[in-house]
Amino acid sequence: MATIVKSYEPTFWDRLYIPALVKGLMVTIRHIFKKKVTIQYPDEKHIPPEGYRGLHRLNKFDDGRIKCVACEMCAAACPSHCIHIVPDASPWEEGKERYPVRFDIDLLRCIYCGFCEMACPEEAIELTEIYDFADYTRESFLIDKDGLLEVYEMTKDENFYLREKENAA
Amino acid sequence: MDGLSITVMIVKVLIVFAGVMIGVMAMTLAERRISAFMQDRLGPNRVGPKGILQPIADGIKFLMKEDIIPTAAVKPIYILAPAMLIIPALMTFAVIPFGQTVTLFGKQIALQVADVNIGILYIFALTSVGVYGLVLAGWSSNSKYPLLGGLRSSAQLISYELAMGLAAVSVIMMAGSLELNDIVAAQQGELFSWNICRQPLAFLIFLIAVYAETNRLPFDMTEAEQELVGGYHTEYSSMKFSMFFMAEYANMITAAALTVTLFFGGWDIPLVNEVSLGFFGGILSVMAFAVKTAFFLFLFIWVRWTFPRFRYDQLMRLGWKVLLPLALLNIIITGAIMVFTA
Repeated sequence: MATIVKSYEPTFWDRLYIPALVKGLMVTIRHIFKKKVTIQYPDEKHIPPEGYRGLHRLNKFDDGRIKCVACEMCAAACPSHCIHIVPDASPWEEGKERYPVRFDIDLLRCIYCGFCEMACPEEAIELTEIYDFADYTRESFLIDKDGLLEVYEMTKDENFYLREKENAA
Repeated sequence: MDGLSITVMIVKVLIVFAGVMIGVMAMTLAERRISAFMQDRLGPNRVGPKGILQPIADGIKFLMKEDIIPTAAVKPIYILAPAMLIIPALMTFAVIPFGQTVTLFGKQIALQVADVNIGILYIFALTSVGVYGLVLAGWSSNSKYPLLGGLRSSAQLISYELAMGLAAVSVIMMAGSLELNDIVAAQQGELFSWNICRQPLAFLIFLIAVYAETNRLPFDMTEAEQELVGGYHTEYSSMKFSMFFMAEYANMITAAALTVTLFFGGWDIPLVNEVSLGFFGGILSVMAFAVKTAFFLFLFIWVRWTFPRFRYDQLMRLGWKVLLPLALLNIIITGAIMVFTA
């Protein structure tokens, strides 16, 4: 369908350009007094919204047992093959029969797609809001079961960065 | 010339030079901060309180950088070019009166480095010489983008200088003198005696031309970083680059000071008789001059971060087909009014 383009003849006022220039200047000067969007990173940290996909964690039951049953669904779902699980019989009397002896994630290979979280039938693996875990060596980005459980302790109560901010204040 | 007047002269030169250099430093920071604010950012605020030591950090960085001279460059001219730009930029300020005459130790001291009786002509001559620095830098780099930048600056020169000069002519007609002191004196008196009220059209033409003169956006075709990499200074690095940088800001300060002198009464404060206040009046007049100049410097930054760049055929059309006829018309009107009211 053809659109009818209405042509606009500039008036003398328009052709002076000066009113338009002043209008433009007013826009920029207004911005000087607006709130700035900059977050001065190491001092202040961006607080990610709910559902942010950052560092992984392994969830635990209240009595300390690990929720994971080492079914390896997450490893199967992982598009970058960064999850490595060694399963074994669970040492606990009650509950599930299997548990992971080792649970390693290569954080450098991970693409933070969240498929593992979706594939997990036990809601054991989850992605947290932690985003700044930079380090100097490649080895430090291989996170194991203990590390993942530690992340759980760090993030189970409330948003990690909110708490950090409260502690700083 | 006795010893005392020589000392006074040296002190004045040093004060003006230091003032301009401090102004340049402040401007480099102000430009970055204000542009950041206009884009809802914060800008450099880490070095010193609120970032005020940033220019010093920049200066140290420039000094530490490797000084590169391209093998194909014409070495003597390549080295000379930044100096050719910065020297006129610093020299121009010499004739601008930045305050009223003060009496110190029983001696009349004019707050102006050199009272030249062809003040405006001297400024126009020197600012035109500055363009040689640009063209030579562009040519001697032996590289395509600087060359294009240099070419553009010469094309730009012929399109704005005429209109700028003619806009100043109407002011000169009103004052009847080329001396900047006389022009300031002619603007003193009642509330609407500044030339901005008497010559609004000339002011507008002059202001537009000044932006072209200082190679600032919207007329910075010689630099045009989106098209010409860095324009005339693409190949320059280290202190040579920073000389171009300083020259740009020094030119801006001079241009702002000149605009104030020609159209905003120089150091005049409306409705206040500074001369009757003695030494205190002298200080007041310098402050008034500084505030007015600072406003125009802010306007430079404000305009830069608001308007897009002109294409250079557009600048030529603006210069030749709009500003020049308007400036001529303005001279005729001014002349007519002067004849009929005299």
